[in-house]
Amino acid sequence: MTQILWNSRILCVAVILFAIGFVTLLLNRNLLKKVIGLNIMDTASYLFLTSLGYINGRTAPIIIDGVIEPERYVNPLPAGLVLTGIVVSVSVTAVMLSLTLRLYKRYHTLNIDEIYRQVHLEQEEEA
Amino acid sequence: MSFSVNFPLFLIVLSLISSVVSSLLPRRAARVTALTLYALSFAGNLTLFLYLRTLSGPVNYLMGHFPHPWGNELILNPVEAAFSALFSLVLFLCILGGHHPLEEKIAPNKQHFYYVMTDLVQASLLVLVYTNDLFTGYVFIEICTLSSCGILMIRENGRTILASIRYMIFSLIGSGLFLFGVIFLYNLTGHLLMPDLKESLTALYVSGEYHLPLLAAMSLICIGLAIKSGLCPFHLWMADTYGAAIPASSAILSGLISKGYIFFLIKVILSVFGKYIFYANGLHNVLYVLGAAGIVIGSVSALQEDNIFRMIAYSSAAQIGYIYMGIGLSATVGMEAALFQILTHAMTKPALFLAVAHLSRSANNVKKFHNLQGAAFKNPFAGFAFTFGAFSMIGLPFTMGFISKYLFGLGAFDSTHTKLVPTLIVLAISTILNTLYFARTVIRLYNKPAEDIYRRTGLFSQKSYVLAGIAFIFINLFFGIFARSFIAVLAAGLPQF
Amino acid sequence: MKQNPKKKNSFFEHLREWDEGNFDLTEAAMGELHPPRPERKHQNMDWVHHHLVRMEAREVSFFEHLYPFMAVILAAAMILFLLVVVSEMPAFGRADTPTNTSVVIKRYIGNGLEETGAVNIVAGVILDYRAFDTLGESHVLFTAAIAVFILLLQEHDEKEKQQDLRILKNDLILRKTATVLLPLIIMFGVYVILCGHLGPGGGFSGGAIIGGGLILYSMAFNTGNLGRVINMRSYRIIVLCALLSYSILKCYSFFCGANGLHTIFTTGTPGAIFSAGLILPLNTAVGLVVACTMYGFYSIFTKGRI
Repeated sequence: MTQILWNSRILCVAVILFAIGFVTLLLNRNLLKKVIGLNIMDTASYLFLTSLGYINGRTAPIIIDGVIEPERYVNPLPAGLVLTGIVVSVSVTAVMLSLTLRLYKRYHTLNIDEIYRQVHLEQEEEA
Repeated sequence: MSFSVNFPLFLIVLSLISSVVSSLLPRRAARVTALTLYALSFAGNLTLFLYLRTLSGPVNYLMGHFPHPWGNELILNPVEAAFSALFSLVLFLCILGGHHPLEEKIAPNKQHFYYVMTDLVQASLLVLVYTNDLFTGYVFIEICTLSSCGILMIRENGRTILASIRYMIFSLIGSGLFLFGVIFLYNLTGHLLMPDLKESLTALYVSGEYHLPLLAAMSLICIGLAIKSGLCPFHLWMADTYGAAIPASSAILSGLISKGYIFFLIKVILSVFGKYIFYANGLHNVLYVLGAAGIVIGSVSALQEDNIFRMIAYSSAAQIGYIYMGIGLSATVGMEAALFQILTHAMTKPALFLAVAHLSRSANNVKKFHNLQGAAFKNPFAGFAFTFGAFSMIGLPFTMGFISKYLFGLGAFDSTHTKLVPTLIVLAISTILNTLYFARTVIRLYNKPAEDIYRRTGLFSQKSYVLAGIAFIFINLFFGIFARSFIAVLAAGLPQF
Repeated sequence: MKQNPKKKNSFFEHLREWDEGNFDLTEAAMGELHPPRPERKHQNMDWVHHHLVRMEAREVSFFEHLYPFMAVILAAAMILFLLVVVSEMPAFGRADTPTNTSVVIKRYIGNGLEETGAVNIVAGVILDYRAFDTLGESHVLFTAAIAVFILLLQEHDEKEKQQDLRILKNDLILRKTATVLLPLIIMFGVYVILCGHLGPGGGFSGGAIIGGGLILYSMAFNTGNLGRVINMRSYRIIVLCALLSYSILKCYSFFCGANGLHTIFTTGTPGAIFSAGLILPLNTAVGLVVACTMYGFYSIFTKGRI
């Protein structure tokens, strides 16, 4: 098993990063760190996806000198998917950061529990 | 081949175009564009549905010049056409009925952005319903997440922004898991289009190769979409989200967006995993247990709530539990019940949210129960619409709720013996709890307040809402009375996935 | 929890507070931008209510202690599970995995040049074979831009005081570097966009490069003349035109493909700049959207407007 894991160590690193990012996004109380966790999680997915397309000893899928043998190039599809994924991740990060900024400007803290407490107090004041 | 098979493509592109154009239009023009788009989408999908019913199999619509497994595709079958037509109709009615309270609560220079977001919701729902490609599904799930967050946070008070960041966090966790599941599936098969995935997965399952990764991929996809649609242990964001948003947004979020994810999940189960693999691995039992727990927990939480918007939100959690319970019951009758319940909830919950919004608006924007005393006299039509929606939720005859409860009963008898008794018990408990909290609300609404002087909101001062409300009631009665033919459509369409 | 940030003078104290989420490092660097929110006056509440609030606070902080442990346990469990899954998956870098032997890759590489006209197979895949994904992707960016506008777009009164604080003003090194680098960056970005079908590159990467150049200029010169070129109005028009042309061109191509018609766009000679059918115009449209949106994000985050 160790040998298998060592052979696909890039996949292992991706999986470990995914778990770390996931847990950070879920359980960290600091909103900025949640965003960092989100990015780690997404990047781990893309690392996993890219490494699926890699084949030892082959070159990037850009046709050189008209050679169109499939045995010469790596798999082009994961690269395209990662490109799509990166843009999605950038967009989501921007929205998360702007939400964080709005909350910070209003409550002067990044701790989500503290924000929750203050919102609760505000609501009670209204009622 | 009829020309109508091109409608989904045109409608998707038209939704994207009108969202881009609406960002430059003034508010009124953006609203008219949005309403026209939804009406067109309803008509187009209905035409397509009528055409597809005459065919025996689904139509593969190429997005480009390359068939699967190389290029993107849409797949068109009658169930999908019916659902996208009805989703567009609900979106139309939500905007029509909810735009007055909406425009009171959004800053004037940002109101047109609301319609940009709802147009994107329309586009992503159409794609989620029609797509034949898992990765396209992921991209449009993200559009759906961002645009639903947009219609939520546009209210811009602290509570809403907090609710939207929690909603975003849960949604992103869900889509992260979904993406990882898709990547696992891609790793195991080398395909992303549903028919090829199904073929390779069946071959893998029969050969017994990669059993654990396959199971892991399936559970990651199911959990991801379950988190996004708010299944029981992940329903915690719901009350805050639906309680804090403007009413039209709550109606769209609960009635359409979570339903879009669930429909996509059903589609993935049937046309990627395949009935056989999914039900042989016991994953449906997990969904069944979580769904049943969601029904009970959601109903109990709704009973304890004193804010009427949050009460309806918890009731949504219970209704989503029903859908997952139906998926867990069986692939035939249970799935039909789940699909019908999607429709019931999509037709009833927006009507309830809009009715409560108008009741609360007539009673000086109060939200607590004790302040809503006698609100039905201040706004008789909204009171009536709420009562009717409550009847449908409880499941009185001639409403859609009755039919879906009946189908769940049938599904219980159709499934294994171990699930028969628990299902019936859960149905009974939930009906009692539903009756309790809705009856409590209706009695409160029709209880005359102490002072007799009140301002009555007439029918003509809220024309668009009255139109939407009547339409919701009419559709509900229509499907409640003529359910048999629609169930026949579902039964005929399910094998086509 | 509620210490005044000004009393802390050591860097690590700041860091610790930032870690707990109470304090923003950038704020201390710029001085107080926003006055801290006044402490809530608990005296106004009655005794029971006050006590309840404090109890609630204590309860939450009890759970706060649990979070690290839960996080470690959950992460360890997930890592173990996923590692076991990975150990049963096809190995890395091999040519005989299901991914790398499927019929999909054979056609993409074998026939990609002929069918799409793109020398860069990845560009051919994302803009021709799987163009619908990419259409969705550029609209994700648009959705995010609108969401950020909803949250951070400010009226004109507030912007002026904030603007000067956040921009490095009159920094000689930055200005000179930006002057030298900016034309090169923009040229390189344009090259990457226009040659996206001929080599590594494409609309997204080129757009991101141009966007980076615009951000650099905006940092060094405090927007300066850039505000005349890219403002809210021109931003909206550029994005509108780019996305509209993208959607309409792609809709035409999808329609032709689905109905078995021939498009008027031909693949041309592979390797020529005007070849590969729709890929060049689509790359240009995407590049414009990405460049403007990147700059727009920066501008709206720092100044509340474009």
